[in-house]
Amino acid sequence: MADFLYLFWNKGGVSRMDTASPEEIQKMMQKWMAWTETLKKGGHIKEGGVPLQSAGKVVHGGRKNVTDGPYAEAKDVVGGFILVTAKDLDEATELSKGCPVLEGDGMVEVRPIRSLPA
Amino acid sequence: MTEEVPRLVDHLFRREAGKMVSYLTKVFGMGNLALAEDVVQETLVKALETWPFNGLPDNPSAWLMRVARNRAIDLVRREAHFKYIAPDLAYLFKLREEGAAPEPQREKEIQDDQLRMMFSCCHPDLSADAQVTLILKTLCGFSVSEIAHALLSQEDAVEKKLGRARKTLRESGTFVELTNNLDIPRRLETVHQALYLLFNEGYHGSRSDRKEPEELCYEAMRLTLLLCEHPQGQRPKTYALLSLMCLNAARLPGRLSDDGTLIQLEFQDRSKWDPALIGKGLEYLERAWAGQAVSEYLVEASIAGLHCSAKAYAETEWGRILELYNLLYHLKPTPVVALNRAIALGKAEGLEKGLEELRNLPGAGKLREYPFYPAALGEFHLLAGRPKEAEAYFAEAVKRSRNEPEKVFFERKLKSCQ
Repeated sequence: MADFLYLFWNKGGVSRMDTASPEEIQKMMQKWMAWTETLKKGGHIKEGGVPLQSAGKVVHGGRKNVTDGPYAEAKDVVGGFILVTAKDLDEATELSKGCPVLEGDGMVEVRPIRSLPA
Repeated sequence: MTEEVPRLVDHLFRREAGKMVSYLTKVFGMGNLALAEDVVQETLVKALETWPFNGLPDNPSAWLMRVARNRAIDLVRREAHFKYIAPDLAYLFKLREEGAAPEPQREKEIQDDQLRMMFSCCHPDLSADAQVTLILKTLCGFSVSEIAHALLSQEDAVEKKLGRARKTLRESGTFVELTNNLDIPRRLETVHQALYLLFNEGYHGSRSDRKEPEELCYEAMRLTLLLCEHPQGQRPKTYALLSLMCLNAARLPGRLSDDGTLIQLEFQDRSKWDPALIGKGLEYLERAWAGQAVSEYLVEASIAGLHCSAKAYAETEWGRILELYNLLYHLKPTPVVALNRAIALGKAEGLEKGLEELRNLPGAGKLREYPFYPAALGEFHLLAGRPKEAEAYFAEAVKRSRNEPEKVFFERKLKSCQ
């Protein structure tokens, strides 16, 4: 088994949910819960998900300039992440396909965690 | 497997949004309705971001209200001027600073907030249409596009209407208080009308092929029930309105066939009607009759009650229904009531009498586009054994039909004449 990081990307920096109706948010909630439940049941969740606020700062290298971010720099913004356990990258990738963020314009980035020598 | 996923109550977020907007508007003042709506949006998105990972909270409603309230406290702390308009929150804020967490609101308070909101939305300077739009947005948690869909309007038109309505409320300043308010009885009339309109929009919403028009009916019933549970709203007329809604909604399941076409009352499968709703409706009807005032809602509910109580179509008490229509026409002399009265007359006292009444219908000029007027004439001619005459009327009804189910229905009638 190996550990993987799922990064949830929101296209355009804003979640569609910011303008969704309560009914639509509830439907999306149901989909997320169904997906995380599948992961939980399969024992895949290593560390529960962490949502990120959309506001923040970006510190740039060199002169350490600070800008409001993150969307000043990138059009797509990480909306949250979760650590999962899977057999290999293929399984981790397959499992990520159920993620509701994919129903909009979003994407999931699946990154193997480099295991460090103990 | 999906069955094992914890499920939220249907429309929970919609309901909770209505409650939170009502509460926050009390806190921020009517002038900050849009701010209240923003805080609610943020709260729901926050739930979406945390619940799937942390699991459902034990009491989702309380969680939402607590988060919305804390957010409100933050805003009040940041914006000094809110301290003046939100004494309730300033107090809560002090409590929190002292380490005591604010108690989740009691159900009773939440109900009061929603009623205050309902009365506030029914501002006398707003059109009935604007009132209903505002109620759907603030109390029922409908989005602009959902309102446009439900009320057969355009999104930008709804947006404009809401903007104007919020402005009116902002300028009028205050949130309507429930106690010691001389304005309440006058506003109650308007609240009744808005709820009646909301219900009818779902029930007779006949101009479109929209999905789930019944949702509007259920929202109207939920709010009317809320009104019935409060001393300020508990009037015979409110019970009459609720009864009318229950007795009509009870028959919704029998109204359409499996392929979505309308079924005439005569041919509906009465076992599909909802017995629990009929029971409730008759119970409220009794409470409504206990009052002194006869209202159009009471008469309409009584008519619906007689239809619901008839075991079969042949057992319908047309004589009593006619009497009620006479009374209703006296209270509400509209052409549609006249049309229904004429039909009852024909059923109670003979086809030819009904036909004569239909031909000389008062206000018939206003029914020029109404498909059920020629359809009623067609039906009576058909029953009297004159299919040739009936045919022309049903052809006219087809021409006037406003949506697919109506069209299919009249076309079938037309065919049965040939």
